[in-house]
Amino acid sequence: MKHHIVPVRLYLGIFGALMVLTAITVTVSFYDLGFLNTFVAITIAVCKATLVILYFMHVRYSNKLIWVFAGAGFVWLVILIAFTLSDTMTRAWIPLPPPLPM
Amino acid sequence: MSEPAPATNYLNWNYSIRSWLLTTDHKRIGLLYLMGVTFFFAIGGLMASLFRMELATPAGNLVTADTYNKLFTLHGVVMIFFFLVPSVPGVLGNFVLPIMIGAKDVAFPRLNLASWYVYIIGGCITLYVAVTGGLDTGWTFYTPYSSTYANTKVITAALGVFITGFSSILTGLNFIVTTHKLRAPGMTWMRLPLFVWAIYATSLIMVLATPVLAITIALIAIERATGIGIFDPAIGGDPVLFQHMFWFYSHPAVYIMILPSMGVMSELIACFCRRRIFGYSFVAASSLAIAIIGFFVWGHHLFVSTQSPYAGMVFSFLSFLVAIPSAVKAFNWTATMYKSSVSWQTPMVYAMGFMGLFLIGGLTGLFLANLAVDIHLHDTYFVVAHFHYIMVGGALMGYLGGLHYWWPKITGKLYPEWWGKFSALTVFIGFNLTFMPQFVLGFMGMPRRYYSYPVEWQALNVLSSAGATILGVGYLIPMIYLIWSLKNGKPAPANPWGAKGLEWTTPSPPPMHNFEQTPIVTEEAYAYGNEGHGHG
Amino acid sequence: MADSHGPLAHHFDSLEQQYESARLGMWTFLITEVMMFGGLFLGYVVYRTKYPDLFVAGSHHLDITLGAFNTVVLIVSSLTMAMAVHAAQEGRRARIIGYLWLTLLLGGTFLGVKVVEYSHKFHDHLIPGAHFQWHGAGDPVGPIQLFFGYYFLMTGLHAVHMIIGAGLLLWLIRLASKNRFSAEFFTPVEMVGLYWHFVDIVWIFLFPLLYLIGRHG
Repeated sequence: MKHHIVPVRLYLGIFGALMVLTAITVTVSFYDLGFLNTFVAITIAVCKATLVILYFMHVRYSNKLIWVFAGAGFVWLVILIAFTLSDTMTRAWIPLPPPLPM
Repeated sequence: MSEPAPATNYLNWNYSIRSWLLTTDHKRIGLLYLMGVTFFFAIGGLMASLFRMELATPAGNLVTADTYNKLFTLHGVVMIFFFLVPSVPGVLGNFVLPIMIGAKDVAFPRLNLASWYVYIIGGCITLYVAVTGGLDTGWTFYTPYSSTYANTKVITAALGVFITGFSSILTGLNFIVTTHKLRAPGMTWMRLPLFVWAIYATSLIMVLATPVLAITIALIAIERATGIGIFDPAIGGDPVLFQHMFWFYSHPAVYIMILPSMGVMSELIACFCRRRIFGYSFVAASSLAIAIIGFFVWGHHLFVSTQSPYAGMVFSFLSFLVAIPSAVKAFNWTATMYKSSVSWQTPMVYAMGFMGLFLIGGLTGLFLANLAVDIHLHDTYFVVAHFHYIMVGGALMGYLGGLHYWWPKITGKLYPEWWGKFSALTVFIGFNLTFMPQFVLGFMGMPRRYYSYPVEWQALNVLSSAGATILGVGYLIPMIYLIWSLKNGKPAPANPWGAKGLEWTTPSPPPMHNFEQTPIVTEEAYAYGNEGHGHG
Repeated sequence: MADSHGPLAHHFDSLEQQYESARLGMWTFLITEVMMFGGLFLGYVVYRTKYPDLFVAGSHHLDITLGAFNTVVLIVSSLTMAMAVHAAQEGRRARIIGYLWLTLLLGGTFLGVKVVEYSHKFHDHLIPGAHFQWHGAGDPVGPIQLFFGYYFLMTGLHAVHMIIGAGLLLWLIRLASKNRFSAEFFTPVEMVGLYWHFVDIVWIFLFPLLYLIGRHG
């Protein structure tokens, strides 16, 4: 069977990148960036996850089918969250009617 | 056994109980599922007949209100999680899908057996709930009633549903990998039978949606056990969040139930019209479209649950979209039948039943997807009638049609044709008599889930209960003659219908590994030639 | 899959087909895992957007040092797991076993730290339910309880996955010492590897969501 064997040096490089990103996200969390707080934290987490998926989990060297399957779960999770937020975030746009007079 | 052709097949190579309970053969597992779903169908049907009897009179006089609540709850839980969801994929999918694609088995045979055991364990837990206190939350487990106020066995029932969910997940996973990796040489995606496309699309939904149900149901149980308060408004929790999570599974679950039957339909129509299915690629793609769009519509169950009107508009619009791929299928089936010489054998009669009932069910769904109309119809018998037309009229008719179609292949026996047609007609008539009045009742405002009602609604309710009796008889007849045929039926030839498809090239019943040699596919599915064009 | 009949099961034509099936199956399984954790992430996001300040107040009671330490531990364990797969691809049995033990040790460390963190919360009466106590002046207690509810649910489900992963590692070690793996057949090692990395990814998201966002102080 043919398998792509990832060189050890690349694993170590990815590991180093993950460590650096972890250091950055922890450091950044001590500064107030306003609305960027969440954005930065999530972006760094997504980068770290992508590195793990592509290299440690070998998706980078896999066929298209694996790419699709690796992505599908995350896409569907976004659907779940986005459409639920479309309710919870817009619910307050229309004020509730006042209580009925007794 | 006096079988012609090969002496040993998957049924007779070993008769021991052990060889059944530890089997990893997809065909035997299909039969194990057949026993399971038939049993649970009988239980669910029994509950339905009890509360239909109660509803024959306006006053609540046969059972108490509490008992009534438990009856309809368990009817829903049993029928949905233990009959409709596993029926076509578990029985017919397990049996024919690997054969249809020319494989020796599913990709993970032991996982397949495990999923049956998981299903049975979940079922036993649910039966335990039924006999020791019941469940009265409705099959929807809505909070805060289920998490705080209900005095019935919510945690145990949640455990049963949770466990059964994994059976569904494992089945879906198995079919996905099987379809991708175990197709015979030459079996390209565009040569796959449409049943395989439908089961594949169903499996995608199972894999993507069921885990959310699992965690949701687990949260209910955890909240109830520990008072952690996830959905409790008293500490700022949001009960509507539960509804979002629940319907993220349970609306796609409707497609888990109906899509496989649509796949069966495509097989039946092609075979009994002797035609290549009209618009093959569109019918195949519409299965995937239904599976995907089905994930964007769940909010139409929350139109009156304080969901934001803006979300409501989006969900309403998207709900209408699902009608398109469903209609693509219906039109293509009709176009296939057009000017073909239809042979009216039992499976085809069931298929016609499906067509009529699914059409009504689908069109009334459009009423409910409409934001304004839904406010009037929500939680009335109109909704009850609508989803029974889809799930019983559609899914169950398709299942029975498929069971009759593949019965000679599964058992190697033919059933009495006259009784087959008779049962199909009885089911069709009984079904319409049961549920057509419920549309009217719902439109007049009769709410669902009440055990008594005003006197003026009695006539329609009596009609409905009478129809349910006919329907019950209609389901009993096949049970009798199919079991009868096991011993007394005429031996079935390899291809009793003259159908195309790999499953008809192997003996009935098939040998242990399905084929003597791995088949090599050289033609499209439904290569029926021009036999059907005679009238043109 | 490695039965007494050798690694190739009867219904596959080749080891390659069997390997590809296992890999696709594992990825499909991971989709279900994403969606299952997804239900919890959904609730977390909904409540965080509803009560942003109170969730920040709650997160100040989590120990950022222990959280960061555990993050590092898990990433190292992912590296050792990847190295175990690497060793398996090269068919080097002693190395497989060594890396697996190392991974197991790191997983155990993570769980140990988690126990310390949980016991702190228990000590401070931060377990949601009847005995929940909160000393922040003027904060409504309810949503903070929700924060800790989600903290325990998410990290708890994650910890359960870690424990299952530890069991899988022990199973692999046993198979490896029975010499079941070779450069031609090492599917179980790679599949458990995928699972382990997935559990790591979950933590990669849990750490900023629970410990970091809005911290700055």
